[in-house]
Amino acid sequence: MVRWSVLIALAAAAACGSNNSGAGSGGSASGGAPASRATGADLTGAGATFPNPIYSRWFDEYSHKAGVKINYQPIGSGGGIKQLQEQTVDFGASDAPMTDAEMAGAKGGPVLHVPTVVGVVAVAYNLPSLAQPIKLTGSLVAGIFQGQITKWNDTRLAAVNPGVTLPSADILVVHRSEASGTTYVFSDYLSSVSAAWKASPGKGKELQWPVGLGAKGNDGVSAQIKQTIGAIGYVELAYVTQNHLASALLQNSAGNFVAPAASAATAAAEAAAAKLPANSDYRVSIVDSPGAQTYPITSFTWLLLYKNQTDAVKAKKLADFVRWALTDGQRDAPALDCAPLPATLAARLTARVDSLATPGARATTASAR
Amino acid sequence: MSDASAAPAASRLTPSTSGAHRAANIEGRSAGDRIYRWTTTAFAMVVPILLCVIAWEVFAAGWPALRQFGLGFFTTSDWDPVKGNFGAAPALFGTIVSSLLALVIATPLAIGVAVFLSEFAPRAMRQPVGFFVDLLAAIPSVVYGLWGILVLVPFLRAHVMPFFKDTLHLGATPFFSGPAYGPSMLAGGVILAIMILPYISAVTREVLVAVPRSQREAALALGATRWEMIWDAVLPFARSGIIGGVILGLGRALGETMAVTMVIGNRHEISASLLAPGYTMASVIANEFAEATSDLHVASLMAVGAGLFVVTIIVNVIARWLVWRTGGARPA
Repeated sequence: MVRWSVLIALAAAAACGSNNSGAGSGGSASGGAPASRATGADLTGAGATFPNPIYSRWFDEYSHKAGVKINYQPIGSGGGIKQLQEQTVDFGASDAPMTDAEMAGAKGGPVLHVPTVVGVVAVAYNLPSLAQPIKLTGSLVAGIFQGQITKWNDTRLAAVNPGVTLPSADILVVHRSEASGTTYVFSDYLSSVSAAWKASPGKGKELQWPVGLGAKGNDGVSAQIKQTIGAIGYVELAYVTQNHLASALLQNSAGNFVAPAASAATAAAEAAAAKLPANSDYRVSIVDSPGAQTYPITSFTWLLLYKNQTDAVKAKKLADFVRWALTDGQRDAPALDCAPLPATLAARLTARVDSLATPGARATTASAR
Repeated sequence: MSDASAAPAASRLTPSTSGAHRAANIEGRSAGDRIYRWTTTAFAMVVPILLCVIAWEVFAAGWPALRQFGLGFFTTSDWDPVKGNFGAAPALFGTIVSSLLALVIATPLAIGVAVFLSEFAPRAMRQPVGFFVDLLAAIPSVVYGLWGILVLVPFLRAHVMPFFKDTLHLGATPFFSGPAYGPSMLAGGVILAIMILPYISAVTREVLVAVPRSQREAALALGATRWEMIWDAVLPFARSGIIGGVILGLGRALGETMAVTMVIGNRHEISASLLAPGYTMASVIANEFAEATSDLHVASLMAVGAGLFVVTIIVNVIARWLVWRTGGARPA
């Protein structure tokens, strides 16, 4: 009689099975070819949902321009990494860099991380009585999300907002209920500005939140903030724009209060990239970057490529696409509320893509057959 | 399913018993009969085998978490993917509380609907009203969830929660303490109640209609009012069927995922307050599975799935026992 719930368990079991086996939808271990052939696409990829709007735009434009069809499944960063490890896709995409353990688990050898755009995470809140955006410092944001600051008229908040009448409302913290790259970036920022946060709850795609409600997805968090006076949460910049939410000005490492915006995020990426060594693997965090006009909660989102490609034809298509995305493709970023890479960094990355190793003549003839 | 698979097994034994040669001949005469019998047996066996395989898979996949945390997995509240500590007590608690809350709200409503439709409603109303109640079951869960976020939760926060807290002065009791943000155990229970109502009412209506006419006439002949007739003669007669319907609803509530996830607040914490956010086992799996990368995290989610499996089995057993018991005590 209680078959319904058994069915749920069935579904869970089925989901697990496919996940453990790397979601191999007809992918053979020998190469990535079968998956793409089945879908009629030239290249297949899977991974992060956050850059999906701009990736979709890119793949569409690029198919018109170069005639190369790319099929991308926005199944989440974790899923993208798993599929890349199992070689069921030609490239992966992730909002958090792969860990060393994950790199070691990749069956196709070393993985290149190529940043594509800069994501911006805004701290959004709902206080209709405020005429201008509230100012927050890193330690105040940490205090709020740790549950140490519980009222909007807390003296610590008033101290950085002189002349502003803050309401006495309770603060309601809203966070993501599911694991997400947005949470990773936000907690990365809090860990870098607050030692207490770093100790607990720390940095990750999913945390043990000291306070607050979990809402599903950026849209769920936005809806909850919009509905509840006194709510505060973190969402990707695009959701602030779409939902007309108020977002806090955050104090950057130079002491200035900066609004979340594409230009401020690009500035942050530029400052961070300037410090990177020439042989960087780009698995780096760019939160709380130096610079007067940088916004502190920003992050790269990465394409994940095998350094040693097994199919020369695909390798060329992939490298050509990535080069295009790093140059012409960057122009699409601001319209979709993510920040373009700084030009200097894009040039460095383009050179890096050239280092993709294509297979020898034998492999080429094998794939031609 | 056990009946279906047992019957052919029993008949297979008959040819070997002496004196049943004729029966064997009759059975053996047609190859088609034998093929038919084996095919249906195979079909009947597939389901229990599949169930066992799935149960085995879920437990095996969850075993690393159960080995690491022991039974403490179901009694501790820590859920910290960063440090790799997992305890499913809040989810277990939330699953049971939200489902029971849903039953408490839905059962009287559903029985009321069913009694009205089977006893009081004019003939012209029965079909359309029944149809609309049944239609509630056809609405996709995610639509309930969206409606929950956009309509139900704001309504609960603006009217129902203040009513309990302030008008009834229950804010001082632990059950309605704390701030009323909206997404909460209460919201989860209410949305589940709406979702399981059609199941309970459909089953109840069928059993009420099946109550013999003589039962009603006898009660009326003894001078019972219409109310007394329904309360004393019809409902007790249908009791075991109604309990069956309630248990069907409970089963649905235990496993419901999407709508609950969207309104319950998704917080790994046990709180006595119905206004506080909670979590359910199905919601945890739905929320975290896609992005769970560490093996222990995945194993913990599978262990939650295994726990849900056990909870449903226990509920099923209790349900069968209740139906059997009340069925035995049915007035003759």
